[in-house]
Amino acid sequence: MSSVIQVQGLTKKFGHHFTAVNDLSFSVNKGDVYGFLGQNGAGKSTTIRMLLSLITPTSGSIEIFGMPLQANRAAIMQNIGAVIEKPAMYEYLTAYQNLKIFSALSGVSKTRLQLLHELDVVGLAARAHDLVRTFSQGMKQRLAIAMAMVNDPQLILLDEPTNGLDPQGIADIRNLILQLSRVQGKTVLVSSHLLSEIEQVATRLIIIDKGCKLVEGDSKDLFDTSKSVVAIQTLNNIEATKLLMQTSWASHVLIDRSTDKEICMQLDEKLLPTLHKNLVEMGIGVLSVKPMHSLEDYFLRITSTPSYV
Amino acid sequence: MAQDAAQLIKKVKAKLELVDNYEATGVMKTDIAFIKAPIGKIKIYFRKPNLFKIKKEGGISLLPKGGLSVNLSSLIASSNYTTIDAGVQDVGDKKLRIVKLLPNEEISDVVISTLYINEKESLIEKAVTTTKENGTYTMLMNYGAYSNYGLPDKVVFEFNTKNYKLPKGITLEFEDDSKPLSAAQQLKNKKGRVEISYKNYSVNKGVPAAIFN
Amino acid sequence: MFSLVQVELYKIFKRPRTYIAFGAVAALIGIIQFGLKLDGKSYLDFMLNDLSSSLEIDGKILNGYLVCYVMLQLLLVHVPLLIALIAADMISGEANMGTLRLLLIKPYSRATLLLAKFIAAIIYTLMLLVWLAILALFGSMLLFGTDDMFLLKTSYVVLLKESDVFWRYIGAFGFAALAMTTVASLGFFLSVFAENSIGPIVATMSVIVFFTILSTLNIPIFNLIKPYLFTTHMIGWKEFFDIKVNASNEAIIGSIQNPEKIIKAALVLFIHTIGFFVATVLVFRKKDILS
Repeated sequence: MSSVIQVQGLTKKFGHHFTAVNDLSFSVNKGDVYGFLGQNGAGKSTTIRMLLSLITPTSGSIEIFGMPLQANRAAIMQNIGAVIEKPAMYEYLTAYQNLKIFSALSGVSKTRLQLLHELDVVGLAARAHDLVRTFSQGMKQRLAIAMAMVNDPQLILLDEPTNGLDPQGIADIRNLILQLSRVQGKTVLVSSHLLSEIEQVATRLIIIDKGCKLVEGDSKDLFDTSKSVVAIQTLNNIEATKLLMQTSWASHVLIDRSTDKEICMQLDEKLLPTLHKNLVEMGIGVLSVKPMHSLEDYFLRITSTPSYV
Repeated sequence: MAQDAAQLIKKVKAKLELVDNYEATGVMKTDIAFIKAPIGKIKIYFRKPNLFKIKKEGGISLLPKGGLSVNLSSLIASSNYTTIDAGVQDVGDKKLRIVKLLPNEEISDVVISTLYINEKESLIEKAVTTTKENGTYTMLMNYGAYSNYGLPDKVVFEFNTKNYKLPKGITLEFEDDSKPLSAAQQLKNKKGRVEISYKNYSVNKGVPAAIFN
Repeated sequence: MFSLVQVELYKIFKRPRTYIAFGAVAALIGIIQFGLKLDGKSYLDFMLNDLSSSLEIDGKILNGYLVCYVMLQLLLVHVPLLIALIAADMISGEANMGTLRLLLIKPYSRATLLLAKFIAAIIYTLMLLVWLAILALFGSMLLFGTDDMFLLKTSYVVLLKESDVFWRYIGAFGFAALAMTTVASLGFFLSVFAENSIGPIVATMSVIVFFTILSTLNIPIFNLIKPYLFTTHMIGWKEFFDIKVNASNEAIIGSIQNPEKIIKAALVLFIHTIGFFVATVLVFRKKDILS
């Protein structure tokens, strides 16, 4: 499967003391709905801004549509649409006028009827000639999506698209994402701090925390109980991890996610008793073995702060 | 034989009285140190005994106060003055008779007029007049085609001006960094000249009174 | 580029605040014209007090040409604020609205966007100057008529023939347009550093006021830097209204006393304008967009 986005070793430091993104690597395949998960402040928006060349990475590489970003920016941006954080538009203009402007800026010539049709697709045809400052949050979000789609992009980046929306609005966004991906064949990267939203649409996802990747993979794998993630706490997690890596259990150890506080392993839950026995035989003092039944448990644990809207 | 001063004045007056009225076109040049002005086309009007008007053909004119309105005719129009013979002076190749006129009337603005007269032609070549209101000014005359009427081709008025300076706060020229004037320049600023060159006279053809309003 | 500039101009002129500047200019000019029409004689008498003791000045001194000059002297100190209102908002305003990030993910470079915005700001500036010219010059000519122009400078007087005035105003307004473009470029540059337009607007005016004070104070230590301050040269338009005289102190019609001053001033302003714009591009190209 061809990569639409290929990120290697991406790092962003602000000043000398704050690293927003730390050696992040991931890839987004064509046709993916790629969930980009993390708590507030995890580095999601910073990463997305780097993908859109709004922020210059400190180090690392980004390739989009198989082309290095910096050298091919114009060609790449021609095929990208994005909604970045809060929907932004010219509030002293109407929805139609906003769309017209961004259509012109994208180098796309659209007739009045075509633009009105685009507004109709997002359910704003009736309010096309009203000033945006009179719009609700949900309407602004829909207009923002229409503006992002005006150049018929192949890659769409949606940064927290459901923020501030009511349940109906959230459902509308979800359906839109599915429609873009499954019907129109577009690649969508959608970020959120709410796993429950991503769960329902993402084909692949990544979880980041404090700028680092924690887990990446196909949704069906990550949510598959036969591939449960188990968190093991021992008297000395570092030593225990070293020992496990020398055994046949090594392939189950999720070394990226294992810390001095716990060892993360991915395996069928049925193997847990055998694992526990082997650990004891190896002289590893086991304090707890906790399977995580849903990605949500893992997400909440490892990010260790409650998610807020 | 030298004429009596009063006789000479009578002769000059008689010549001037040949002119009832005239209209002339001319060119006026204002030469005052602190004024930059272009030459202007003017029309000059005169009606006996002392109505005199300079009209610039459009535009703004700068004239010495009081001076120009006093012309040759009005200088000696009235007879109410005392004539004093002040001798003779050689000016170039001409011998000019100097006659001083002292108005008898106390209320007259003119304090004294000193006329330098070309006896032969009965023409006033130069007049230095001191007035109560407007100080002293000098008139220098050059004659040509209309000398028979006592009408000059060119008149130069020299008069006193006050030194000119406006505060920067008034002119809004805060950027002005001109140095204070030297003594020589200050002196220059105190004198002004207006030069009128007459091109055409239209003598005794009639000039309406309304022009002088 | 053309469509980018079109979009920028569309945004500028669709915004109500743009018309504040045009309204303010109209109000200022109107009030001065009204005042002078009503009581211009007193103003003239006051100005001519000194001169009229030795000279009789005849003619329509308070005509449209003089009134326009008086207004330009007053307004060209205040118009920079109206320019800054728009120019200093060009980037910071977009950042404030959040639209800057949307503009920068389009398939043109940041430099191209900046150039389009800069051109739009200059066009706005020129339109404001044209509006000023129409009201101040043509409006005054209509209200007060025309005649020779009698200019009372600090240490001398200039009398310009009526036929010799209009072209000078063309030059003066052209020069003023360049000066205001320099102001716009400064505002534009400062706009890059903020995400709210108040800061850059105030900063632009502060720079102009500060530099103007340095330009006008006659203190030796400041005289060293004065030639390099753009505010020193912003009043170069006045040089169009000074005339040469020949050896007999006769004004030479169609001449300018110090044409080299105008050229030098224009060059300084032009260099500043380009410099500010280039600095804007250099700073903005690598700036992380967090708004």
